Amino acid sequence: MTQVSHSVKPDSGVPAAVRRRRKKLTFDKISFMAVFLGVPLVIYLVFVISPFAQAVYYSLTSWSGFNNKMPFIGLENYVKLFQDNIFMIAVRNSIILAVFLPVITVILSLILATLVTIGGSSRGQIKGLRGAGFYRIISFFPYVIPAVVIGIIWGRIYDPSAGLLNGILTGVGLDGFDSYPWLGDSRTAMVASMVVIVWGFVGFYMILFIAAIKGIPAETYEAARIDGAGRFRTAISITIPLIRDNIQTAYIYMGILALDAFVYMSVLNSGGGPENSTLVISQKLFTTAFNKGQFGLACAMGVVLAGLTLIFSALVFLVNRLTGGSKDVSE
Amino acid sequence: MSLKLSKRTSGTDGLVAHKAKDTPGDKAVAGVSHVMLALWSLMVLVPLAWTVMSSFKTSTEIFASPFSLPEHWSFTNYVSAWSTAGIGSYFLNTVIVVGCALVIVMVLGAMCAYVLARYVFPGSRAIYYLMLAGLTFPIFLAVVPLFFILKNIGLLNTLPGLIIVYVAFALPFTVFFLFSFFKALPNEIAEAAQIDGAGEWRTFFQVMLPMAKPGMASVAIFNFLGLWNQYLIPVAINTTEKNWVLSQGIVAFANNMGYAVNFGSLFAAAVIVVLPVLVAYVFFQRQLQGSVSAGTLK
Repeated sequence: MTQVSHSVKPDSGVPAAVRRRRKKLTFDKISFMAVFLGVPLVIYLVFVISPFAQAVYYSLTSWSGFNNKMPFIGLENYVKLFQDNIFMIAVRNSIILAVFLPVITVILSLILATLVTIGGSSRGQIKGLRGAGFYRIISFFPYVIPAVVIGIIWGRIYDPSAGLLNGILTGVGLDGFDSYPWLGDSRTAMVASMVVIVWGFVGFYMILFIAAIKGIPAETYEAARIDGAGRFRTAISITIPLIRDNIQTAYIYMGILALDAFVYMSVLNSGGGPENSTLVISQKLFTTAFNKGQFGLACAMGVVLAGLTLIFSALVFLVNRLTGGSKDVSE
Repeated sequence: MSLKLSKRTSGTDGLVAHKAKDTPGDKAVAGVSHVMLALWSLMVLVPLAWTVMSSFKTSTEIFASPFSLPEHWSFTNYVSAWSTAGIGSYFLNTVIVVGCALVIVMVLGAMCAYVLARYVFPGSRAIYYLMLAGLTFPIFLAVVPLFFILKNIGLLNTLPGLIIVYVAFALPFTVFFLFSFFKALPNEIAEAAQIDGAGEWRTFFQVMLPMAKPGMASVAIFNFLGLWNQYLIPVAINTTEKNWVLSQGIVAFANNMGYAVNFGSLFAAAVIVVLPVLVAYVFFQRQLQGSVSAGTLK
């Protein structure tokens, strides 16, 4: 009697049906799994995972790419890299980018996102600024512009004689900038390049943070306001701790991008800039591989770059954890 | 006592009525916010407007002054960029490559995410984490071996080769994003379809995939932007000039500029590259901003 009632119960009936279906290996099921999982996985393994693995192996050889001889030389490539002054300059420049770009971009986009979301009236319902939609649409523009085009446009803006920037500067009376080469002077080339990358990404992260801030329940803000917190206090003590995970993600993505930076740097200053002041690892890797044919050495550079990326992500995670990231986060 | 109480209530009533009005502090904050956001918007818009304006100028006009308006508003620069500089044929290549890669990666990505999200089998977690790993490694590490893989299978410098690499590198993001989407779909519907006699294939294509449409749309937009803007992959593995995509073409065009000066058509080429994406963005921006929030809130 109990058994009968059991099998009638819908709760236990469904898993039983599922189990029966799983056991039966029909052609339908086998072909489905083979195609649905097999095809994407093969493509992924062949074109993404295997190149990563091969690169690590190539980095231990002095392979030139044009024959099948791959003399195994151990860590010699790495030793060579760390004695190469120009490569070390590239590493330094990449690290500079990874240190400054995420900080500047994240802070700037957080400020703008905060202004848009809680810039409205301090009475009544928590609301954003009027015209927020307009600012949001405009801010996102740079993200949809291809990186190469951003580089080209800014290359023209920085042009010493016909550029927009020097035109504006001389227009307001700063005649010293009449034909100042922003990208051609080693003192400003790096800063000028960073401005371009920040310009390209602030809008994207601003939209991301706006979405995160809107996910915070309005009651939280209302409670803070009743307790007498001003706007600045609210932003520091409510917004930032609550969207901490989003900030961490943004920070890591921006750092990975800064360590790459190939497109921007190679379009703005294809040769690495004055006195190699804007040369980054990715550019050096590209010329070493495809212009000089030193594939083993280039792969070693790739491994160094991947290592830096991992160290960067680990550091961000660690700092976030040490400053109490995981316990503050409440969904 | 009762009088006092009523007075109090009227006081709060006054406050309620006051809520609609902004305090001077509010106005100041709103004012400062508007100024800062407007400055930022100008920072974004001025370079773009300047590019459009310059695209109508002749080189002499461009060098005369960065601010002067073009004397004749003609599309000469656009015509020369499109035909002489080959932007037209690069445009066609880009449309073919991005179009094919986008369709393939959406289908394969959805299939893979569906299986990973809805079937438990040994190794399914491992595959998922393998996909995640591909999302974080720098493409740069893979570029050199990728070059030789394509060379060995004879797809180097061909459009199909480029398409398959685009598919492979867009796959982890697509799977990662759609995974949560398929996970959230109710199980009962798939079961109902199977009870009605639909096989696994039909259940996916006729029942589950249509239900995942909003997620598919968001991922497709992001993949489109990412692939349309791709530069490193084509410049490494697609070096035959007739197969170039837009990003390669315009960089080559800009680098030649130093010798044969026609900056007007360089600006025109930039506008040609940006315009389709910008127009698509303005049309789909609601969808896109919705998907950014979906992506962050998981």
